[in-house]
Amino acid sequence: MAQAQAAATSVTLTVNGEPKTLDVAPWETLLDLLRERLRLTGAKKGCDQGQCGACTVLVDGRRVNSCLQLAVMRDGCEITTIEGLGGPDELHPMQAAFVKHDAFQCGYCTPGQICSAVGMIREGHAETSDEIRELMSGNLCRCGAYTNILDAVEEVLAERNAPKLEAAE
Amino acid sequence: MNRFSYLRASSVSEAVEAVAGDPAARFIAGGTNLVDLMKYDVERPGRLVDITRLPLNGIEKTPGGGVKIGALVPNSDLAYDDRIRRDYPLLSSAILAGASAQLRNAATTGGNLLQRTRCYYFYDVGTPCNKREPGSGCSAIGGETRIHAILGASDSCIATHPSDMCVALSALEAVVHVQGPRGDRTIPFADFHRLPGDQPEKDNTLEHGEMVTAVELPAPRFGRHHTYLKLRDRLSYAFALVSVAAAIELDGDNIGKARVALGGVAHKPWRDADAEASLKGVLPSSSAFADFADRLLSGARGQGENDFKIELARRAIVRALGQAASGTPQVQSVKQVN
Repeated sequence: MAQAQAAATSVTLTVNGEPKTLDVAPWETLLDLLRERLRLTGAKKGCDQGQCGACTVLVDGRRVNSCLQLAVMRDGCEITTIEGLGGPDELHPMQAAFVKHDAFQCGYCTPGQICSAVGMIREGHAETSDEIRELMSGNLCRCGAYTNILDAVEEVLAERNAPKLEAAE
Repeated sequence: MNRFSYLRASSVSEAVEAVAGDPAARFIAGGTNLVDLMKYDVERPGRLVDITRLPLNGIEKTPGGGVKIGALVPNSDLAYDDRIRRDYPLLSSAILAGASAQLRNAATTGGNLLQRTRCYYFYDVGTPCNKREPGSGCSAIGGETRIHAILGASDSCIATHPSDMCVALSALEAVVHVQGPRGDRTIPFADFHRLPGDQPEKDNTLEHGEMVTAVELPAPRFGRHHTYLKLRDRLSYAFALVSVAAAIELDGDNIGKARVALGGVAHKPWRDADAEASLKGVLPSSSAFADFADRLLSGARGQGENDFKIELARRAIVRALGQAASGTPQVQSVKQVN
């Protein structure tokens, strides 16, 4: 049975593993909900128009621009933000690789870059550096840290593929 | 963003009824274009009807040997689908040439057809635009026209359709399945989008309340003789200045059948069936392709700033037909054009 709502609707999201039930207005974006309501300020509001990738999060494991998602439409979904990937005590391998390769300068695009890279590796279509560049093109870095970002992503991809290669031998 | 009400539809007919009965209502699926336009106040729907929970996300074989793609299949799932990659690599390639991975994960098949133009003036509510506000005038004519049409434009509108996927669907002669308040119908792809004429506010031939439910492709026929060649201002994540979807069926050494659609040059993917027919029986060569390009571009007219697109399109057509003839399609992650 469908419901028409002009005002707030109750939605339940699993955010970084924790169920959250909130009343959301239809026009509230997922990005605003994460940042303003849940105080998860890792995902950044860069352009707010789907052009920069700074707001990238994983929805049911898929990377999307959270600025273009209406929260009400994601009822029942699992959301993973940079905070859910890892923290200072236990970095996600992609976070550790970004630190190791100095893959940022100002850091503003970094949460989106890392979520996007994790999503890309899960998708399994990036093998070569050309393919990584192409499939990461939705994340802009105005400091121009691209070469180090590429190094970081390549290292994690290689580590992930290494066991597969050994198993094949 | 304006305030609006929200309805989560539980059936196609419920969604159609809800939108058909309310001129201010819009369907929403991936939202990658509509939500963006709402942030610019270009779109101000009174009600959004969410169709994402409807069972329109399958890719099925058809009795005729083709496939029927549900309107809600995400662009990325379609591009990477094993059958699409094998049988319709042109479609897969065109999808991967467009947008970013994040956007392709969210955007749907039906929504891709319904993308609106990226004309700067359409997006800028401070300027007149016949597409956004009929009768207000066209600010693009005499303005910044780098991304604008060279074919099929009118005195009312020189906007282009931004999709890459649709250019491939045009060349592949897809059929759009639609459900509306007066029942179901199918629309050949060539008749789905329209030229601006004196009604540029209409991007396509759908009536209000009609919903795209599927896109059907005929049986595959072009093998490896295809390409999607996209030229743009940066190497990735930019709309086409000019793109070419080309597919050839060889008959011995000669061309049996050729299908060529252009993107970035008109209000819809641009094809000319008579020009395509003129390639039948012709031995593939640069000069034959150049003659074809001249025919396909006959009547092309620049707006000044975008005059370069006519020559760019001519050269891109020759390159693309060469790639298709030799069975060496453009790889989207490789930026060199051979």
